[in-house]
Amino acid sequence: MSRIKTFNLPDLGEGLTEGEILAWLVKVGDTIELNQPIVEVETAKAAVEIPAKWAGQVQAIHHPEGTTVEVGTPIIAIDTDPGAGPLEAPSTTATPSGDLPTPSAASLAAVEVAPAEGMVEPGLIGGAAPGGRTAVLVGYGPRTTAAKRRPRKGAVPAQAAAAPAPAAPAPQPVVAPVVAPARDGQAATATGGLVLAKPPVRKLAKDLGVDLGTLTGSGPLGSITREDVQQAASGAVAGPIATSSVTTSVASFGADREQRIPVKGVRKLTAENMSRSAFTAPHVTEFLTVDVTRAMKALDRLRARREWRDVRVSPLLLVAKAVLLAVKRHPMVNSTWAGDEIVVKDYVNLGIAAATERGLIVPNVKDAGRLSLRELADSLNGLVQTAKSGRTSPADMSGGTLTITNVGVFGVDTGTPILPPGESAILAFGAVREMPWVHKGKVRARQVTTLGLSFDHRIIDGELGSKFLRDIGDFLADPEAALLAWT
Amino acid sequence: MAKGDPGGTTRSRRPAPRSKKGAAGNPELVQLLTPDGERIDSATGPDGTEYRVDFTDEEYRGLYRDLVMVRKLDAEATALQRQGELGLWASLLGQEAAQVGSGRALRSQDMAFPTYREHGVLYCRGIDPIMPLGLFRGVDQGGWDPNEFKFNMYTIVIGAQTLHATGYAMGITMDGKIGTDDGEAAIAYFGDGATSQGDVNEAFVWASVFNAPLVFFCQNNQYAISEPLERQTRVPLYQRAAGFGFPGVRVDGNDVLASYAVTRTALDNSRHGQGPSLIEAYTYRMGAHTTSDDPTRYRIASEVESWQAKDPITRVKAFLEKQQIADAAFFAEVDEQARRESVHLRERVLNMPNPEPVTMFDNVYPNGSPLLDEQRATFNRYMESFEGSAH
Repeated sequence: MSRIKTFNLPDLGEGLTEGEILAWLVKVGDTIELNQPIVEVETAKAAVEIPAKWAGQVQAIHHPEGTTVEVGTPIIAIDTDPGAGPLEAPSTTATPSGDLPTPSAASLAAVEVAPAEGMVEPGLIGGAAPGGRTAVLVGYGPRTTAAKRRPRKGAVPAQAAAAPAPAAPAPQPVVAPVVAPARDGQAATATGGLVLAKPPVRKLAKDLGVDLGTLTGSGPLGSITREDVQQAASGAVAGPIATSSVTTSVASFGADREQRIPVKGVRKLTAENMSRSAFTAPHVTEFLTVDVTRAMKALDRLRARREWRDVRVSPLLLVAKAVLLAVKRHPMVNSTWAGDEIVVKDYVNLGIAAATERGLIVPNVKDAGRLSLRELADSLNGLVQTAKSGRTSPADMSGGTLTITNVGVFGVDTGTPILPPGESAILAFGAVREMPWVHKGKVRARQVTTLGLSFDHRIIDGELGSKFLRDIGDFLADPEAALLAWT
Repeated sequence: MAKGDPGGTTRSRRPAPRSKKGAAGNPELVQLLTPDGERIDSATGPDGTEYRVDFTDEEYRGLYRDLVMVRKLDAEATALQRQGELGLWASLLGQEAAQVGSGRALRSQDMAFPTYREHGVLYCRGIDPIMPLGLFRGVDQGGWDPNEFKFNMYTIVIGAQTLHATGYAMGITMDGKIGTDDGEAAIAYFGDGATSQGDVNEAFVWASVFNAPLVFFCQNNQYAISEPLERQTRVPLYQRAAGFGFPGVRVDGNDVLASYAVTRTALDNSRHGQGPSLIEAYTYRMGAHTTSDDPTRYRIASEVESWQAKDPITRVKAFLEKQQIADAAFFAEVDEQARRESVHLRERVLNMPNPEPVTMFDNVYPNGSPLLDEQRATFNRYMESFEGSAH
C-alpha cells in the first residue's frame, strides 16, 4: 500500500465529463486535513469546492488553474504519512527538490490511484449515442472508447478486438457522406409516396446527410431502418464522390462534428452582463422609422467644409448628437436604477457598442454632452480606432450611462438591444436605405432608417421613452431645425 | 402570534416580506425559541391552539445532540460526494430543527413518508445513518425496513409520497386504529416546491374528505431548486389548508421546540380522529438543492447571511448556555461524538461492497419468475463471455 494517494477528478454532478480548475486552495508542501477544501472546480452545473479525501502533505498538483480536466484524471497527489521520512525509489527520483513539477509517467505509475468507483464501465451499459458518447438520463454522458472495453473471450484475439477503427479496411470520415440534403420530415420516395421512417432514423439520416427519398426500406411496411441509413452512408463513402469542399469547410470540427469553444474573456463577460441585465431590468423596446434624407445632405455639407476636411464624418455622429440633445430635454433617461433610489446623471458617458476580434465591447465617450460637434467626432473616431486595435482600456469601458449600438453597419434594419448593466436606455441605429416614402404627398425614394430604443421600464415609462425617441427622430429628420429650436 | 414575546424579538426577527402581495406577507409564526436563544412560554396558532413544550434538561440536551449529529453527518455525506464517493447528495443544512423537532414528535406507532432530504427524521427514527448513503452511492436501493422503523423509503418523485401517506392514513382509519391515545397517525414530508404538484393537491383533497389521520409537514425552505417561493404561491402556504377544509399552521422551522410542539399536537389530533392538518415549517435551505446545483446563480449572499442569523443550532446552544443546562464540557463531548461518528460513517461508506451486476434480478418478485430466471441466465452468459470473469 503506497502512502502517496492520488485524487482523480470525480463526476461532480450526475453525468458530467469534465471540469475547469478555477483555483487551488493549497500548494505543494502544504499539510492538509481531512475534508479541508483543496480546490475550486467549475463544471457545466456548478462551481464547487472539493474537500481533501485524505489528511497529509500535498505532494504534487497535476494541473494548473484555468485548465479543463476530464473526469477521472489525477489532479493532486497527497502523501498520507509525511512523517515517515523520505519517499522510496520511483517517486523520489522524479521529485528532486521540494517544489514538484508534473510527475513522470513512472512516478504516476508508482502511486496508488484511487479507483473511480461509481463510474459505469463504458461500452457495457447504455447504447452508443452520437458523438461517441453513451446515452444517459442526465448530462452529456461518458465517452465510449474502444480502449476501455473489457476484452471478450473467444476466437478474436484480445489485441485485434481492442484495436480501434484504423485497422478497418476503409477509413470512413464521418463528415464525408454528404450525398444530397435531406428533406427532413418530408422526404418522399422516388415513386412519390411518403417515406416511412421513425424519428430517430430520420435524425440519423439527417446527421449522416442521407436523403431518405433515395432509399428502399427493408423494415415493416417498407419503412426505412437504421441499418438502411447506415448502409447508404457507408456505401456513399466508398463511391467516388467529390466532397472535398464539404470536408474542408468543416475541417476544424472533430470526429463528432462538434466544436467546443471555451467560454472566457469578453465572451464570458458579455454573457454574464447580458443575462444579468435581461433578467433584472424589465426592458421594453420601441421603434421609429425616420426619413433621414435631410440629415444625410447635412452631413455632406459638413464634409464639404474646409475645417472638417480631414475628419471622418459618419451618420453615427449625427445620431450621437441627437441622443445628447434629447437627453438634455429628458434627463431622466440618463439614469441608473439603484434598488431604493434612482440616480439621475448630469453627465452623459456615451457608450458605443463595437464589434472587435475580442468580441463585443462598449467603450464610452466621457461627458459627451459637453463636447462640441467636432470634439465629439474626434472622440468617436478615436474610440472606434482604439477598440478595433484591441487597446481599449478598462477605464474607457466603465462608467457608461447611455449607449448606442450601430447595428446598421451590419446591414440590418434594427434590433431590440439589451441594456448594458447600470444603464437605462440603449439606442439601436439601423442601416440607412433608399426606400419608397411619402414625401410632400408623393411617394419618393428617400433615405430611411429605423431606430430601436430599449429602456428600463422601472425608470422610464412609455410616455417618456416615446418622447425621447421622438426627439431623436425629429433631430435626424431635420437637424438644422432641431438645433435652432432646442439650443 | 407569540404570547409573552420578550421585547417583540419574534416579530422583528421575522423574514421581511418578499413582495407587496407575495407569499410571505406577514406570517404568524409559531415560535418558542427566538434566534437569540430566548424561550417563549407558549405560542398561539391561527386557530387559537396554544403550543408549549415542557422538556427536562436531559431532553433539551438530547435535542441539541440530535441537531449537531444530523448536521455533521450530513456535511460528511456532502464531502463524500465531492470526493467521488457518492453520486449525489441532497443536504439538509439549515433544516435540522424542522426535521429533528418533527422527527422526535413522532410516537413509535406513527408512520413517516419522507422525501430524499429527510436524513434528520431518519436519524430520529433510529435508522442507521449509513442507509441513505448506500442509496446515493448506488450500491443498494435504500436498505432499511420501512415497517420495522415506521419510516418509508426515500421518495425521489416530488410529492408522490403525500398520496402514499394519504392511502396509508386511510388504512389506519379502516383498521380502526384511531380514537385513543394509542391511536396511529401518519406524517408526509414535502417541500414548498411540491405544493405546486398535482399529487400534493390530490392528497389534500383525499385526506380531507376521508378525514385521514395524516399530518402534512411542508418544509418551506424558500426554493423549489431555483424557483423562489413568491413565484410559487400568492398566499402563505399554510393558508392553503383552509381551502381544503383542514387546519394549517406556520411554525418557525428553525426552532426545534416549536417544530416539536406543533407536530406533536397535530399528530395527536389526528390519532384522536380529528383528521388531517398542514404544518408549514418556515425555514431556509442553507446549501445547494443537491450537489448538482449551484445556488449562487439564483440567490444573493445577503439573503443567505440573514438566515445565518437564525441558525437552528446556535439558538439552542445559546439557550442551553444561558439557562446553564449545559456546560463547555458537554458541547465539547457532543462535537467529539459527532466527529467520531462522521469518521466512522466515512470508513463504512468507503468499504461498502459493490453489488454483483447479477443481483439486479434479486428481489424483483418475492418468489421469482420464469421470465426473470431466463433473463438472469442470459445475463450470466454475457458476463462470462468476458476474459478474466469469475463466472
